[in-house]
This record gives sequence, C-alpha cells and structure tokens, in this order.
Amino acid sequence: MSFLEVLYFIVPSAIFYAAPLILTAIGGVFSERSGVINIGLEGLMVIGAFVGILFNLFYADTFGNATPWLALVAAMIAALLLSLVHAVASISFRADQTVSGVAINLLAIALAIYLVKKIFGKGQTDFITERFGRYDIPVLSDIPVIGPMFFSSVYNTSILAIAIAILAWFVIYKTPFGLRLRSVGEHPMAADTMGINVARMRYVAVMISGALAGIGGAIYAQTISGDFGHATINGQGFMALAAMIFGKWHPLGAMGAALFFGFAQSLSIVGPSIPYIQDIPNVFLLILPYVLTILALAGFIGRANAPKANGIPYIKGQR
Amino acid sequence: MSIRATNILVPVISVILGLLVGAIIMLISGYNPVIGYAALWNGIFGDMYTIGETLRQITPYLLAGLAVAFAFRSGLFNIGVEGQLIVGWFAAAYVGVAVELPKIIHLPLAILAAAAAGALWGFVPGLLKAKFHVHEVIVTIMMNYIALHVTNALIKTVSGGGDRTESIFASASLRSEFFQNLTEFSRLHYGIIIALLMVGVMWFILEKTTLGFELKAVGFNQNASKYAGMNVNKNIILAMVISGAFAGLGGAMEALGTFEYVSSKAGFTGIGFDGIAVALLGMNTPLGVIFGATLFGSLKYGALNMPNAAGIPLEIVEIVIAVIIFFVASGYVIRLFLLRAAKKKEAK
Repeated sequence: MSFLEVLYFIVPSAIFYAAPLILTAIGGVFSERSGVINIGLEGLMVIGAFVGILFNLFYADTFGNATPWLALVAAMIAALLLSLVHAVASISFRADQTVSGVAINLLAIALAIYLVKKIFGKGQTDFITERFGRYDIPVLSDIPVIGPMFFSSVYNTSILAIAIAILAWFVIYKTPFGLRLRSVGEHPMAADTMGINVARMRYVAVMISGALAGIGGAIYAQTISGDFGHATINGQGFMALAAMIFGKWHPLGAMGAALFFGFAQSLSIVGPSIPYIQDIPNVFLLILPYVLTILALAGFIGRANAPKANGIPYIKGQR
Repeated sequence: MSIRATNILVPVISVILGLLVGAIIMLISGYNPVIGYAALWNGIFGDMYTIGETLRQITPYLLAGLAVAFAFRSGLFNIGVEGQLIVGWFAAAYVGVAVELPKIIHLPLAILAAAAAGALWGFVPGLLKAKFHVHEVIVTIMMNYIALHVTNALIKTVSGGGDRTESIFASASLRSEFFQNLTEFSRLHYGIIIALLMVGVMWFILEKTTLGFELKAVGFNQNASKYAGMNVNKNIILAMVISGAFAGLGGAMEALGTFEYVSSKAGFTGIGFDGIAVALLGMNTPLGVIFGATLFGSLKYGALNMPNAAGIPLEIVEIVIAVIIFFVASGYVIRLFLLRAAKKKEAK
C-alpha cells in the first residue's frame, strides 16, 4: 500500500470518527466559557445516542430518508433537557459542578439502559435501518490528490460538525452574545456589574452544550455503532472533554483536537491493515489521546488556560 | 438547628429523595415500587447467603470511599479511583498467578502490589498538580482510561492472548472457610477485615499524626499552610499517593477475594465512581465512609434480585444512586430548606 493510498484510507475515516467529538467538544467550550464545568458531556452524549437510536427505530417507516436527521433533533431536545438538571444543580443550587457532572453521567447511562431493558426486554436495542448517507461533493472531489482525500464519500454529518465549529467560533468571538458569555466565565462579578444576567447566560451556555452533545451522541450512534447498549458511548464524552482542553477552550482548537483524536481512533481500528502502523501495539494508539491531553495540561504542548471563573458558583453580593 | 444535625440530615434527606425518585420512575414505567423495593430488601437481607454477599460487595466500596474521602480532606478531588482500582486489581492478580510462595509471604505481597500500583496511578496526578498546577480532576479522568486500556493489553499479554488470567494460587487468596460456613457459602472473604482496618488507618492518619494535620490544613487553606511552613507540594503528592493506595487495595479485594482472577473489561467497574458517592454521603469521615459503603454495597447487591423477583431492570438502583449524589452535591438547597423550616418553627 502506497503512502497516498494509506492517506486516502485514513483521512476520511478520521473525519468520520471526529464528527461526534467535534460537536460535543464545542458544546463543552460553550459551557466552560461561561464558567460551568461540564463533566456530564459523556452522559449527555449517552442520552443523545439513546434517543437518536430509539427515534430512528420507531419512525424509520414513517419518515424514511429523513429519519436520521429528525432523530438528531429528538436527541438534541432530550440532551438539552438533561443538561438543565446539571444547570439547575450547578448554577441555582450551587452544587459542586464536578460532582453534579458525575451524577449526570451515572444518571444518563442508568436511565438509558433501564428504558432499553423496559422497551426491548434485553440490554441492547435492535440495529437501525436508516443511516446517514455519504456523498461526493461536486467539483471539489475532482481536485487531484486532495479531492479523493477530503471531498469524496463524505458523511454529511462531518460537514455539519465542521460548519457548527466555524459558526461557534463566530458566535463566541464575533458577537455581543459571545463577549457576554466569555465575560461571565472570566469575571462574573464584573459582568454582573455591567448588567449581564450571569445565571441566565450560564443556563443558556449549559443548554447549548447539552444540545450539541446530544447531537454528537446521536451522530455517533447512527453512523458508527448502529445500535445502543451500555458500551456504545464508551468514553466519547470524556474524549470530547479532552479535545476541548487540548484545543484550549477555543472552538476551532477543539475541532482540530477532535480531528486529531478521530485520527487516533481510526488508526486504532484500521491500523492493523496498514504497514508500519500494524507493528505498533494497539494499546499505544488507544491511550494516545489521553496521554496527549495530560501532556498538554502539564504545559509541554503550550500552556492552556481555563476560563478563570470555571467551576466557581457565582453568588451575588459575595466578594 | 445545629450544624452537626444538618450535616447528618442532608445525606439522610438525599437518600430518601433518591428512593422517592426511584419509586416515581418505577410507577411511571408501570412497575409496582412496593414490590420493587421489597425485592431489593430481600436481595440484601433475604438469607445468610445474601447477607454474606452483600458484605462482600461492601468491601471494595469501603476502600473506594476511603480513597475519595482521603483526597477530599486534603482539598483534592480524586475521580481516578476507578483507574487506581483497576490497576490494583491487575497487580494483585498478576502477583497471585505469577509466583507460588508460602501464604504468609504471597498474600501480603499481592496486597502490597495492588496498593503500590494504585499509589503509582495516584502519584502522577499528584505530581502534576504539585509541580505544574494541573487540575487533578481532568488528569485522573484521563488516567482512568489509560488504566483501562493498559490493563486490558497486559491481561492479553499475561494470558497469552486470552481475555482473562488464570485463577490465582490459593496461597494468595483471601478466601475464608470460616466466613463461608457462616454464610451458606457466599463469597465473603477476609478482605472485609482489611477494609475495616484501613478505615482505622485513615482515622489514625488524619487525627493522630502530624502528616494528617498538615493534610487537613492544606485542604482547608493552602496559602495559610504554606505560610505556616508546611511543604504544600509534598502534601498534595502524598495525599494522592495514599488515596491511590486505598483505591488499589479496593482492586486487591476483587482480585484476591471475590473473583480470584482479572479479566479484560469493555468498560469501567463503576466501583470507583460510586466511591465518590460513598465519600460524599459519609461527609469524608472514616466512620461516614462505613455508612456510605454499607448503603451503596447493599443497594448494588440487592439490585441484582430485582429483575428475577420483580421483573424490574436493576438499573433502577443506579438511577437512585445518581439522584442521591445529585442531591448530596446540592446540599446547599437542602440546608436552606432546613434553615427556613427551623425558623418557621421558632416563629411559632
């Protein structure tokens, strides 16, 4: 296999694996930029995956081709509702945000499996029939070398993920809403003094993170796994959290990191059929994203600074 | 109402709310909560066998809870207990199968190996926190996944490509004929004694040693501790190492007591994450951990009876546990509520 052939093999698969990570990591960026740590991303993805699969199975006959897209909407709404629980706990109830996030993760997987067992009478759902399609992007896919690598047989979910990343960058850095969001995460008291409703901004941010993580989970379930069980979203949410940190709390950085992690994930799966890479023990590829995140945090790959007020409940009138 | 009373009331109310939410979910999904909770109760206290198994289930929770609580007391949040427990599990099982020695050497060696492995897994986030000010929460989460993948790969190597190791030699086993005869041949093992001993050790370290005093001081206020001449960095690392050692011992309980082997895992055991709940419920005190672990160990083991006896998916108990954690974390609101209720009483 030539080098170029290997690239044609890996790059599309990396982008394919990265799509759910990109969306979820961007969700994390919104939440943490507003000052709310969201370790619950994993749980939000689980609910997204569960509802996505459920919707797909139940309504595939009714909606046909449109089913996966409508399933994304259903998953988004479900995860948004679950994220409200985290918002209420960490913003209104002043709970420890990390603990609340852990509770969200436990709750989501337990609730999803409980319902799966109740509905299907077994620990796993059936496989879905309606899946996302792949497309050759006109004109662009005809470009030599780059065309087949990036623009042929692309999942439209990958395009959606990249589009949302760019949109998120625009919203966070180029709009008044984004400015307020960041100010609330850096110095909530100053923001409050300027008349910004800190609690409301944080609620909105957590809900956005829930919505995006829900879509991410549903995409993962409907493109990669095809069904839902307890191991479907096995650490994808934490991987997204890692991507967010690795990307230094910046939407495009998070996207880049997610693409890289997607690359690592696809390597660990397609690696055994690629020369040289098949000689590397699989475990190194599996732990690569996590090790890199630790190194990034330790400052070996450039300092990453979290938003200053991240994790601190804002209590009005307290200095 | 005194602070002490509210401190005890918050977890109690959280548990009640958790059970209530569980009952509501059972009702909505068409199950009878009374039958469900009866099945849970019988699953915990049904006969001597189930009581033995419940106690066995409590054992690793005791150690996971201690690990989280110990780190908490030093102002650190160790979410990595899960990973530390997994490496401890592997290390103990590995020593158990790799060599055959007289019991008096073999068993302590296997236990120590588990503690050392857990301590190593706690040392990394401790070191990074102390030297580079990296938040331990993220590092420990990442270390969990590294532990999972690395042990899976090691199990494959050790077992020659298989999914589990051989069973450990009897000389490394915690199995107890005395307990087995007492409890109709449940898998209850001597580990529970080690776990309770460790509760004592944690109490002793925190309350009776200089180290414990310093750890608590660092937990309360780092700057003041530094000003008082304490080596804050050393204390952070030490706290994570000791916490990791407790967690590793939790793994040894599974490796040497319950299963007597280690198998590769598709996902986490969940014991480490539940340890967070155990510690929170126990207000991070050694005695509290006993209560927390008893509650969670009982719920977890009792839940196994629910699908058979009542046809209810056992995940209902996981939901209850999550809700309990949620309310304990939101203790502020419960305190507020209690305060208002107390004021109303006074006004009357």
